[in-house]
Amino acid sequence: MNVDFTNEELAFREEVREFFKHKFPAAVKDKQEKGIYLTKNDHIVWQKALYDQGWAGINWPVEHGGTGWSATQKYIFATEAAEAKSPRIIPFGLAMVAPVIYTYGSEEQKARFLPDILATNVWWCQGYSEPNAGSDLASVKTKAVRDGDSYIVSGTKTWTTLGQHADWIFCLVRTDDSGRKQQGISFLLIDMKTPGVSVTPIITIDGTHEVNEVHFDDVRVPANNLIGEEGKGWTYAKVLLTHERTGIARVAESKARLNSIKKMIDEAAARGEDLNSNAVFMARLLEIEVELKALEYTELRVLSSVSTGKAPGPESSILKIKGSEMIQMLDELVLEIAGIYALPFVPEQYTEGFDGESIGPLFAAKAAPTYYNDRKVSIYGGTNEIQKNIIAKQVLGL
Amino acid sequence: MDFSLNDIQQMMQDSAAKFIQNDYDFETRRGLSNSPAGYSEDNWKLFAELGWLALPIKEPYGGLDGDLVDTMVLQQEFGKGLLVEPYYATVLLGANLIQKQANDAQKLELLEQVVAGELKLALAHSEAQAAFDVSQTKTRAEKQGDQYVLNGHKAVVLGAESADYLLVPARTSGAVGDAEGITLFLIDPKSAGVQLRGYATNDGLRAADVGLTEVTVPASSILGQADSAAPAIELVLNEAIVALGAEAVGIMEKLLAATSEYIKTRQQFDQPISRFQVLQHRLADMFMETEQAKSMVYFAAMEVAKGGPEASRVASMLKVKIGSAGRLVGQQAVQLHGGMGITDELDVGHFFKRLTCINNQLGSRDYHLQSLINKAAAG
Ligand SMILES: Cc1cc2nc3c(=O)[nH]c(=O)nc-3n(C[C@H](O)[C@H](O)[C@H](O)COP(=O)(O)OP(=O)(O)OC[C@H]3O[C@@H](n4cnc5c(N)ncnc54)[C@H](O)[C@@H]3O)c2cc1C
Repeated sequence: MNVDFTNEELAFREEVREFFKHKFPAAVKDKQEKGIYLTKNDHIVWQKALYDQGWAGINWPVEHGGTGWSATQKYIFATEAAEAKSPRIIPFGLAMVAPVIYTYGSEEQKARFLPDILATNVWWCQGYSEPNAGSDLASVKTKAVRDGDSYIVSGTKTWTTLGQHADWIFCLVRTDDSGRKQQGISFLLIDMKTPGVSVTPIITIDGTHEVNEVHFDDVRVPANNLIGEEGKGWTYAKVLLTHERTGIARVAESKARLNSIKKMIDEAAARGEDLNSNAVFMARLLEIEVELKALEYTELRVLSSVSTGKAPGPESSILKIKGSEMIQMLDELVLEIAGIYALPFVPEQYTEGFDGESIGPLFAAKAAPTYYNDRKVSIYGGTNEIQKNIIAKQVLGL
Repeated sequence: MDFSLNDIQQMMQDSAAKFIQNDYDFETRRGLSNSPAGYSEDNWKLFAELGWLALPIKEPYGGLDGDLVDTMVLQQEFGKGLLVEPYYATVLLGANLIQKQANDAQKLELLEQVVAGELKLALAHSEAQAAFDVSQTKTRAEKQGDQYVLNGHKAVVLGAESADYLLVPARTSGAVGDAEGITLFLIDPKSAGVQLRGYATNDGLRAADVGLTEVTVPASSILGQADSAAPAIELVLNEAIVALGAEAVGIMEKLLAATSEYIKTRQQFDQPISRFQVLQHRLADMFMETEQAKSMVYFAAMEVAKGGPEASRVASMLKVKIGSAGRLVGQQAVQLHGGMGITDELDVGHFFKRLTCINNQLGSRDYHLQSLINKAAAG
């Protein structure tokens, strides 16, 4: 057992640091530092910078343009990326649909889709959930009926994250409703510009537009957009979900956040708000720090046991639960430090173009909206209750 | 021992419950919250007619002489409607403080107008470093002849923009942290040097940061005696904690009912999700926390009214309980609604947001738990 970096790994870390020093797009970096919401273009610019460096396909196998990084290298990259306050990589293309395509797709599909995903030329979104298929995902009803060399798709997907920006959506559709629910599901890729696709926004409690309903009204989709075999979509979807769950843990980001929270406390002390002398708050902070260290090592253990390109097993549910709880606990700490200044709701303060004086300390402006919005992390990617069911059944055999 | 409401309290509860149910559904409330003023003047007049504005005010000033239990009853119902009218700012903070601090002539002049619905108030007590403890006030007022000159900055003053007067605590003597030396000024927000920066709050109310730059007022704008306002402010804030606690209990009851209803109707895996035992237990936890919080509010409503040194300890105890119960009930209500819980469309998320803000008002759970530690250490 040894977690010290080798000389090669230390050199790699230098390389990553150099990248963030010189090639992290300045405008995006500036917004990240000020906590300003990013636009679609900001995400694209940032992901293209990664692509130009050859680092867009972090988990991808080398043959498809991936990095082929070891678990340690991925860990180093994630840590440095978080410390540099880089944006999260939008997962739907690079981390979700790509692994499904390179694992189960045809050669033609790999050639057609993977290069554009790698280069972030195309924005993907995830069409799994429906109004009546949330936790019970296998009961999806969006229908795809074969008609010659097309499918005719009709139904509604919901909670589609950033669907308003998307060029393509990957969907779980029902191609057969005669057998077990899980059996008649297929995995279909749909061009959002196809006639009959429409998107309506859902506004969340932090006042932002992040999720959508996507409607399919007799949408004609070429049959060669079907991944793998008809009726096998559930198997592919589950593989993807374990990738998603690991991603949601955001451990490196939480570590960086804890560091910035410590800075906020020092700054608050300079203003005369002495949180250091609040033993209750400090106890909470330190317990979180202990938990985060444990989570970091749990993540390392899980990640080091899976090889490049493969999905982790059901133990990824631990990361989903503990990682999401960590995010939410950190949000609560920030809310605490913000104090009375958590109350003002002035979104202009964290929207592009704001150059006025902030009401209270700037970090406080987003404290409550972030806390509200992050209630999602224990809900999406399979709720934490569902993750516990998975641990109980699949890991513990209960 | 008797926990039942008396006739007047029962009447108050019924009239408030009826108002919320018939005239204050969630969409109405949303409309008011988004309107330019952020609340309804018509409702304000109605509150005057119903006697709600008179409730905690003493009889000689046109009030109903109600006690904290009466206030609690009303606030609990207001919580269920997420009331946006500045009742808390004007009546529970402003008028209550005038009643406890001002001299008789001032009370006569001001309180009758409040009761009639003609005067709104806001208490500008909080500062960045002093959300609760008024002895930490940094705003200063210097005496110059028979005038005072105020300088300072007040943070997140609820209802400031709709207020006809601001009640502004400022230090006239002593040092930051001293109990003595706080004076309460009645200030017209249109006075020269008063700068209001208004905004909506995360829970759909209105507040403002108030800058005071060389604000010059006559000595007659002092409410009561100079240098002596801290104890009255402290008592009013302790009572306000009871009011916030009661409001929070109303919100929790509402969330409990909504969540219980939702899980009985929401179907997943071919059954109502209320069949899953883990969710049943979660609801049971929410229920128990709500009841515990309510018990604490009852206890505090009776004890804080007695005043004295024990009042602030009791208020802290209540704020601790409200903070933890509100957190659990709010978070779980959202969680059990799944994605629906975080939509702006559904009322559940808004109740959750208000509970969150309540914890950040008048000192958080952590703050008050630390006060209790300090008090215990002091013996
Ligand atoms: C912000 C956000 C973004 C999202 N983005 C996407 C996206 O891009 N694409 C996509 O396809 N989906 C997305 N989702 C959907 C997400 O995956 C679902 O919300 C989630 O699966 C839960 O489904 P539901 O909302 O229908 O809740 P429900 O399934 O109705 O659950 C309600 C409650 O019941 C509990 N419950 C349900 N079944 C059980 C059980 N068997 N045992 C115990 N408890 C149970 C749940 O844990 C939850 O607390 C997103 C959701 C959110 C909130």
